[in-house]
Amino acid sequence: MTLELASSKETVTARADSPFAVRGLTVSYGQKPAVFSVDMTVEPGKMTAIIGPNGAGKSTLLKAALGILTPLAGTVTVYGKPVEEQRHRIAYVPQRASVDWDFPTRVIDVVLMGLYPQLGLLGRVRPVHRARANDCLARVGMEDFATRQIGQLSGGQQQRVFLARALAQGADLYLLDEPFAGVDAATEKAIIAVLKSLRDAGKTVVAVHHDLSTVAEYFDNVFLINTHRVAEGSVAEVFQANHLQDAYGGRLAGAQMDALRLS
Amino acid sequence: MIWDALSLQLGYNATLVTLGATLLGMAAGVGGTFLFLRKRALVSDAISHATLPGVALAFMGMVALGGDGRNLIGLLTGAALSAAAGLLLVSWLSNRTRLAEDAAIGSVLSVFFGLGIVLLTVIQTMSAGRQAGLEDFLLGSTAGMLRNDALVIAVAAALTLALVLLLRRPLTLASFDPEYGTAIGQNVPRTDLAMMGLVLAVTVVGLKIVGLILIVALLIIPPVTARFWSERTDHVVLISGALGGIAAYVGAALSAAQPNLPTGPIIVLVGFALFALSLLLAPQRGALSALLRHRRYQRRVHLRQGLLALAHGQPIYEQLTLRLLRAEGYALPDGVPTKTGRGRAAKALRDETRWQLIRRDPAYEVAAQQYDGLTPIETVLTADQIRDIDSRIDMRGKGGA
Repeated sequence: MTLELASSKETVTARADSPFAVRGLTVSYGQKPAVFSVDMTVEPGKMTAIIGPNGAGKSTLLKAALGILTPLAGTVTVYGKPVEEQRHRIAYVPQRASVDWDFPTRVIDVVLMGLYPQLGLLGRVRPVHRARANDCLARVGMEDFATRQIGQLSGGQQQRVFLARALAQGADLYLLDEPFAGVDAATEKAIIAVLKSLRDAGKTVVAVHHDLSTVAEYFDNVFLINTHRVAEGSVAEVFQANHLQDAYGGRLAGAQMDALRLS
Repeated sequence: MIWDALSLQLGYNATLVTLGATLLGMAAGVGGTFLFLRKRALVSDAISHATLPGVALAFMGMVALGGDGRNLIGLLTGAALSAAAGLLLVSWLSNRTRLAEDAAIGSVLSVFFGLGIVLLTVIQTMSAGRQAGLEDFLLGSTAGMLRNDALVIAVAAALTLALVLLLRRPLTLASFDPEYGTAIGQNVPRTDLAMMGLVLAVTVVGLKIVGLILIVALLIIPPVTARFWSERTDHVVLISGALGGIAAYVGAALSAAQPNLPTGPIIVLVGFALFALSLLLAPQRGALSALLRHRRYQRRVHLRQGLLALAHGQPIYEQLTLRLLRAEGYALPDGVPTKTGRGRAAKALRDETRWQLIRRDPAYEVAAQQYDGLTPIETVLTADQIRDIDSRIDMRGKGGA
C-alpha cells in the first residue's frame, strides 16, 4: 500500500518536471477519434521518437497538444505549467508539405520568423537579429542560401530552413513533425547532428518519426502510439517485438521485424 | 483637360477626391496582398456584394427618419453592417456545414446582391428622399462628391493603411505558416479576423469611388501584379500599395475630367494595364523572360546532344541541333565535325563519363544531385576531385581491356 503511494507520487513529480506532459488527450475528426485518451510524459534532456503506423495519430498528437487542432479533451503541461504560458520555451518544426513554397519570401526571412515573438509588432530587425538568423542557418549548413527564394530549395534544404527557424527561437523544448520525411541523406545527417547537439546542451527533443530502422541509432526514448498509447520508455525497454506488434499489428511483416534485429 | 486632371489642376474638390482615391488604392493594394497570400482573395467579392442591401436599408432608414438619405457615413455604416453579416455567413457556411468555401461565397454573394437590387427597385418607387446617386455605389463615381465625403474616404483609407503596416508580421506568418504561428503563440483566428476587418473597411470606404462590383479588382490585381516583381513579402506589399495607388489616382483623375466615365471601371482598366505589362516584362516571373529562358535551355540541350552524337560518330537528324553546331563552328554544313568540334565533343563525352561515375559513388552524393546532363563538372567539383575520378576512369578502362 505504502509502496504504491510512493510510486504514484513519483510519477506526479516526474510529470511536474516533464518538459512535455500530456494527460487524457483525445482528438477526433468527425466521430472517429484519431487520438484517444493519450497520456505521455517526456523525459527532460532526452530525444524521444513518436512512432506508430500511418494514421496512428502521431502528428495529430503534436498538433493538438500545441493548439493547432482543437482537442475534445485533455491537458498539456510544459515544464509543469499550461502550454499557453510556455509558448516561448517551445520550438516547433511543422511538416514541410504544410506550407506553400512559392510564397514570396527568402530563406533569411523565414528564419527571422522565429524571432517574431521577441521582435513584437514594431521592433526593428537589427544587425544582432540578422547575425543570429545567419548563425542558425550556419548550424544547419545553409548559410550560403540566406537570400534565396524558398521555392528554389530542394526538399531537404527546405526542412533545414525550418529547423533553423526553430533554432532561432532559442527554446528549451523542440517538437518536430516528421523532420526526416522525404529528405536526402546529407540533410538527415545534418539534422540529426543538430538535434543531438541540442540534447547534449540539455534541451529536450520530441520528433514524429516513421523510419523504424533508424530509431535505435537516433533516439533515447520511444513513444509508441496507435490511436491509443501502446508503450513509452527507453529504446531498450520499448522498442521490442511485442510492443511493435501491438502498435503495428499485421502491418509489420516478419521480415521487417527481423531486419530491425530485435531480440 | 486630362492633363489638368492628372496634374491635379481641376480645382480643390477634384484634387481632394483624387487624393482620397489614391490613399484608398494604396490601402487596398497593401491589405489585398495578405488576402492574396492567404489565398482568400474571393472572400472579398462576397463582402463587397453583401454591402448593397445595407446601403439600401440605410437609405430607407434615413429617409424614414426624415432625412434625404444621402449622408455618406450613414450609408457606409449600413454597408459595413450588411457586409459583416455576409462575411459571418460565409465563414459559418464553410466551417459548420459541408459546403466548400467557394460554394459558400457564391451563394452569399448572389443572394445578398439580389436582395440589394430588389431594395434599390423599391427605393426608386419611393417619392421621399433623393435616391439619385445610389446606383453610383454599383460602379463608383466621383461626380458630385462632396468635400466631406472625400475627407471621410481619405482618413479611413489612411487608418487602414496604418493598421496593415502595424500588423504586417502576424499577417505574414498567418499567410505563410499558420500552424507555426499558432505554435509560437500567435492568435491566428484573431489575425484572420483582423485581415477580414481590414478588407471590409477598404471595401466599404471604396464603395463610393470604385463601386461594389469592381472593388474586388482593387484588392486582387495590385498584389498579383506586384508578385511578378519581387520574391519578398515586404516588397510585394509595398509594390502592391504603389500600384493600387497609381491605378486609383489615374482612374479618379480621368473620371473627374470626364464625369460621364464611371470611376471604378477606369481604375480597373488602369490596374489591368499595369498587370499586363508585368505579366509580359517582369524579369524573373514574366512570360517573356520565361520564354527566353526556355529557349536558352533548349539550345543548350541541343548543343550538348549534338556534341555527344559527334563524339559517338552518330549522324545528326535534327535541324536545330545541326544549325547550332554550325553556328558555334563545331560542325560543317554536312554534319562533319570541325577540329574545334571534335575537341568539344571529346570534352563533353569525358564530362558525361565523369558524371556517371560520381553518380554511382555515395561519397559524391551531394555533387551528383546537381547532375542535369548540362552542367560542366568543373563547376561542381574541385580539380583534385576530377583528377581522382579521371584516374579511376583510366583504371577501369585498363581493367576492361
